[in-house]
Amino acid sequence: MNIREVLRVAWKSIFSNKSRSILTMLGVIIGVAAVIVMMAVSAGTEATIAESINGLGSNLLFINSTLTRGGMGKDAQQGGLVFDDVEAIREQVNGVAGVSVDQNASDTIKYGNVSLESISIVGTTADYTTVRDVQVAYGRFFTDQDIDRTTKVVVLGSTVAEELFSEEDPIGQSVTVGTTKLTVIGVLAEKGLVSGTSFDEQIYLPITLVFQKFTPSQFAAMRGDHVRTIYVSVDEAYEMDDVILQVELLLVQRHDVTIETADFTIKTQNDIIETQESTTESFRMLLGWVAGVSLIVGGIGIMNIMLVSVTERTREIGLRQALGARPIDIQVQFLTEALMLSLVGGLLGVIVGVGGSWLFGEVGGMRTVIVPFSIALSFTSAAMVGIFFGYIPARRAAQLDPIVALRHD
Amino acid sequence: MNERIIIETVDLKKIYGMGDIQVAALDGLSIKIRQGEFVSVMGPSGSGKSTLMNILGCLDRPTEGQYILNGEDISGLDKVALANIRNKQLGFIFQSYNLLPRMDALENVILPMVYQRENNLPSEERQEKAMAALESVGLTDRAHHLPKELSGGQQQRVAIARALVNDPVLILADEPTGNLDTQSSNEILELLHDMHERGRTIMMVTHESEIADHTGRVIYIRDGKLDADRLNGKNAKKMKQKLRETMAATVSKGGEA
Ligand SMILES: Nc1ncnc2c1ncn2[C@@H]1O[C@H](COP(=O)(O)OP(=O)(O)O)[C@@H](O)[C@H]1O
Ligand SMILES: [Mg+2]
Repeated sequence: MNIREVLRVAWKSIFSNKSRSILTMLGVIIGVAAVIVMMAVSAGTEATIAESINGLGSNLLFINSTLTRGGMGKDAQQGGLVFDDVEAIREQVNGVAGVSVDQNASDTIKYGNVSLESISIVGTTADYTTVRDVQVAYGRFFTDQDIDRTTKVVVLGSTVAEELFSEEDPIGQSVTVGTTKLTVIGVLAEKGLVSGTSFDEQIYLPITLVFQKFTPSQFAAMRGDHVRTIYVSVDEAYEMDDVILQVELLLVQRHDVTIETADFTIKTQNDIIETQESTTESFRMLLGWVAGVSLIVGGIGIMNIMLVSVTERTREIGLRQALGARPIDIQVQFLTEALMLSLVGGLLGVIVGVGGSWLFGEVGGMRTVIVPFSIALSFTSAAMVGIFFGYIPARRAAQLDPIVALRHD
Repeated sequence: MNERIIIETVDLKKIYGMGDIQVAALDGLSIKIRQGEFVSVMGPSGSGKSTLMNILGCLDRPTEGQYILNGEDISGLDKVALANIRNKQLGFIFQSYNLLPRMDALENVILPMVYQRENNLPSEERQEKAMAALESVGLTDRAHHLPKELSGGQQQRVAIARALVNDPVLILADEPTGNLDTQSSNEILELLHDMHERGRTIMMVTHESEIADHTGRVIYIRDGKLDADRLNGKNAKKMKQKLRETMAATVSKGGEA
């Protein structure tokens, strides 16, 4: 029996039992489709995360306060990053393009008779535009001088500006934030939603002003200007690792701690992407198991139906044996049929999976990226399932005794 | 008569049931069949006719004794070797035709060629050979019909074409007319006569003596033993003559089933 004939016989047998074949393939179809859809969803999520982290700014270092209580005495109660660290990093570390820090608050902003409730206030430094990669559309951003002097100025996100001023030119106008009157000096260009932050719906104030006017109790209580995260933008001409080392040494010295007891951590964008990826990785592992289980269930379905098929076609097997089929011929025939069932199931699964991924993207609003590897992986697994679970029925068929098989009805 | 011996069995035994109750389906059967013989096997139900045919057909193995087919001792061969012998040397005709239901007549006839291991023919030659076999049983026009679209007689003729297509040395037919009406039985018998005239060795089980009368030799089996073995040459010739006359008459009356 040559390959073409084997394939033809298998195809005929599958095709002549269409609905049963489809039902049998269902497990494999679901398994394969699940692998593809889930990998597409997780790849999509990953891409979104990577993009949004990159969208934070360029060549960023994130220095986080860990609030580790190292050391002794008064310092032990404090620890962590302080506002003065920002200045120190900027002045003493080589290769820094900008350093910024956020202090967030929230209050009402009013202009004339328009007022917007609970607007996010970002208290920050002059380097914010460099570090977070935002553009000023009109006017200017505040300067170091504004920070030093706690000037009462504000830069508006594009949406805020539009809602307050619509057609009017906001620059030089006076707005009231909470109870403080501020002068608008600039409007940011649209940036949209990045990493959950809507840059366009915030307003930007000198950080010293926020400390003074919008978080006075915290400012006072902590007896120092503690900050949670310092963002450092590294000059592209410098080595990231070199800058990290400098920052680390500087902060260790300033905080009077050792590397082991450091009250801060330094991460790069890549570190964060990797952490995110490792969480999606473990998520993906879980989904992989789910897909694997459904493939196995599919395989058992195939085995089941193949056993039924062997029983139903016992007479056919006997006749083929009488006409000269060797055990191996029969085995190959049934194995091919099982393999074909799983491969056709795999193919349908790929179609359903790719279609499903597309549907998730188009209709479900979920970002999906089809991973070619997932198609190869699931298709190969389907084939292996076919061979593995087709083996027992095929072997049973091959070992039938010709007379017993011929007498069967 | 040709002296070449196609079948020789020596003290053939087939014992069923390995426990306390043992049934000897064949109990020391020795027969010799020469090339070109047309032999009937008769005997009461349960006497061991099918068991004998299965062993002669290399579908089953004797518990004891020797079976020499066309000069080759079969007794010790393995499954694969037996499959090869069935494919090359034997042609089967079953009572229930045993055509594969999803294949048309032509494909059914091609099937034995599919399992050929030596001089495996290309597809077109197989088709030609199968068509020729179908022609010899008068079914050229039904080549692309499925078995369910054919009458019992026609199905059995397809089965005969299938049995002939690999040019076997021996045709084994276990009650080939058992499921057929007289008209169809006659057609099958006529085909068997044709084959015999062209030199085939045929062994046929039947329980109807009118059918057995058509063959040149009748073997009687009882309780797995040889009961009688008689030559029937003259009678067979007469029967064949008579059959052909009746067939010619029905055909001229246009009474094809
Ligand atoms: N597979 C089997 N297992 C047990 N006994 C069997 C088997 N096949 C046949 N027999 C017995 O062997 C005897 C001969 O059977 P068989 O050759 O079929 O007879 P026949 O074809 O002459 O009617 C019977 O008694 C039958 O019951
Ligand atoms: Mg019988």
